Amino acid sequence: MGELAAFMILSLVTLIPAVVVVTSSNIVRAALSLVPTFLGVTGLYVMLQAEFVAGIQVLIYAGAITVLILFVIMLTEGGTGVRTRQLNDQVPLGAMAAVWLAFVLIVIFTRTGWPTAAGVLPAYNVVAVGNAFLSDYVLIFEVTSVVLLVSLVGAIVIARRED
Amino acid sequence: MIEIAIVAVKSALLLFILLTACAYMTLLERRLLGKFQVRYGPNRVGPFGLLQPLADGLKLVFKESFMPAHVDVIVYWLAPAISMVTALFVYAVIPFGPEVMLFGQRVPLRLADVNVGILLVLATSSVGVYGIILGGWSSNNKYSLLGSLRSSAQLISYELALGLAVISVVLTAGSLSLVSIVEAQRRVWFVALQPLGFLIFLIAAVAETNRAPFDLPEAEQELIAGYQTEYGGFKFAMFYIGEYVAIVTMSALLTTLFWGGWWGPVLPGPVWFVLKTLAFVFVFIWLRATLPRVRHDQLMALGWKVLIPLGLLNLVVTAVIVVLRGT
Repeated sequence: MGELAAFMILSLVTLIPAVVVVTSSNIVRAALSLVPTFLGVTGLYVMLQAEFVAGIQVLIYAGAITVLILFVIMLTEGGTGVRTRQLNDQVPLGAMAAVWLAFVLIVIFTRTGWPTAAGVLPAYNVVAVGNAFLSDYVLIFEVTSVVLLVSLVGAIVIARRED
Repeated sequence: MIEIAIVAVKSALLLFILLTACAYMTLLERRLLGKFQVRYGPNRVGPFGLLQPLADGLKLVFKESFMPAHVDVIVYWLAPAISMVTALFVYAVIPFGPEVMLFGQRVPLRLADVNVGILLVLATSSVGVYGIILGGWSSNNKYSLLGSLRSSAQLISYELALGLAVISVVLTAGSLSLVSIVEAQRRVWFVALQPLGFLIFLIAAVAETNRAPFDLPEAEQELIAGYQTEYGGFKFAMFYIGEYVAIVTMSALLTTLFWGGWWGPVLPGPVWFVLKTLAFVFVFIWLRATLPRVRHDQLMALGWKVLIPLGLLNLVVTAVIVVLRGT
């Protein structure tokens, strides 16, 4: 019961700011609303006893990515405009896509047989995460590193071109 | 039930001690700076000026709570609160001593032993950046905005160096929990095993707390007071509390990660912890009195071209040694 209540509250904490993100006409507030959304998701991770993922979620998403977004907004001339339109003429098309996606997701969620028995958690998640990365998922791990390296090099190339 | 009561009492006590310590740190800093500069410092309010923090606090509380024109009201009020709350939150996971027997109860001298403790500390401090960036932006003042942008650029850059030093310690101890990290230093303190890591952490910690010689965000001569220019009264005090708590936090982390936490001969654990933390607080003030401020490009170059490569090197060497020792 307590778990359900916690889930409900965390979902609201995640979803209400998410609505603000896509509707607010003040772009700084929109970007800022990402923070409670990320923190709500962090709460869900904590409920799943994935403390390591929760910590990384705050460090990377709430701490780094949103700060960078705010940086870009504040350094753009006229970027902190208070009346930015978030909608354009493609609203009906977007709405149709959203309804279709929601329909597909609901069908998948209701048709899938979810395992209800709880699995056994390793005593120390961090070791388990590390082992998984370097054994079963080593290929994905390495490919992700290459993607990050490429974007790093790309950023340097773009920055160099200006001087 | 009794456990909840114990945690509540410990939290209240901890908050009281921290806020008092912060108030007296301002006095300590001003008195020490006076000594370093061969003058008196504040010594008139009470014996040795001991009532000065109280007088300052009262003055700040009773100041008019003004707001400049065209500010973003919600964000303007939120920013100092974020600064202060995130700074205080870290103390939930810092261990002050081993378990002790009090009134027939086993009381561990910490609020929580989270098994990703150090990660939580880093995550919280990365959220603390919002206090500065939002305070600067919402005040609708270009000096504030410039100060906050400088400050956040500095915090983000030095967080990496700080993180790399921490990861080396985590590898050496084999755990992310601060309690286990202290336990692992029972025989030899990590400052002996990780001297380079300690230096990187110390420099990055000074930069993280925006202290001299890295206090560019509030360089008075060019930016007035940076992100806090448009703040007054208790909102200003909250920024200050956040800043001073951060200094105590960094000193406590230096103690915990490198100088053996509560371990030490003769004296009981918590006393050692407080003594070591105070020693680092003194180092912070000493640095401010000794070193001139660096330029912004020097600061960024030091962070990205020296500290981060050194941190990576230290990490690789540590990892290799840990693996070799394991086999």
